[in-house]
Amino acid sequence: MRKMYRVRVQILPKEGVFDPQGQTVKGALEKLGFEKVKEVRLGKLIEIVLDAEDESQVKERTKAMCEKLLANPIIETYQLLDVEEVS
Amino acid sequence: MRCAVVVFPGSNCDRDAFHVLKNVFGLDCHYVFHGDTFPPNEFDLIVLPGGFSFGDYLRAGAIARFSPVMESVREAANRGKFVLGICNGFQILTESKLLPGALLRNKNLKFVCKDVHIKVVNNATPFTCLLERGQVLRMPIAHGEGRYFVSKDELKEDQIVFQYCDERGNVTEDSNPNGSFLNIAGMTNERGNVLGLMPHPERCCEEILGNTDGRKIFESLITYFVRRQEHEAN
Repeated sequence: MRKMYRVRVQILPKEGVFDPQGQTVKGALEKLGFEKVKEVRLGKLIEIVLDAEDESQVKERTKAMCEKLLANPIIETYQLLDVEEVS
Repeated sequence: MRCAVVVFPGSNCDRDAFHVLKNVFGLDCHYVFHGDTFPPNEFDLIVLPGGFSFGDYLRAGAIARFSPVMESVREAANRGKFVLGICNGFQILTESKLLPGALLRNKNLKFVCKDVHIKVVNNATPFTCLLERGQVLRMPIAHGEGRYFVSKDELKEDQIVFQYCDERGNVTEDSNPNGSFLNIAGMTNERGNVLGLMPHPERCCEEILGNTDGRKIFESLITYFVRRQEHEAN
């Protein structure tokens, strides 16, 4: 029986890749008085709904999507945040 | 020299490139739609034009890279045909891994539209054979994602073709419009037949536009092509 799942993937700029958006947000937070902010990095959150046999197949397919299209390994890292069954 | 200009959904410099190849240089030029393919020997030069292919969604060039036409471009590049990626075309070439590195949001987060100076670092390519090493060209740029990034192990120095510089050819931080690594404005592949650059040579090929520095790139290509043909005939 195939089930429907919702998976969320987080994509962030790699360590060592300058992130001007993160820097700008950090600057804004500091100006608002949040002076203990050490670092801000800005990325993307991608939510995908797909049919699959089980959770491990969801993970496998999402990983393949990340490697092929969703993330560029030269500049970004990706992480599967969570998988949840939906009806 | 038979030329193709690829048209992606969201390309907006395709007509400028076509106009220059056809009307300024008198070349046999054709549009190729992104969903089409072509035999590898069909064109001697393939231009991937500027614009915002597929809305630049996800990452600039990331979706265009999987267009059917890109398989043909890859095969043509493997056979030594010339491939020129301008602006969004450069982004598509890096996403396709036809060129090393990646292009990121400009350091100052602004869309930068102005004339810049670039210096010829490598004149041993078909695209720069009529230029001197160190020669300074003025060209317009218009991009929001032009910050070239490449890891040190991936970079081979002779693949750098153009660097942003000041009027006199000094490569300085002030003359770097987008925060590119080593002021890189244009890169070639190891073989030298694929060039990607952020500046727009097709926008400065006619005197009426006030600048003809872009001509030198197309003239270099044409000269190289004719010489190679003569060489092959002998």
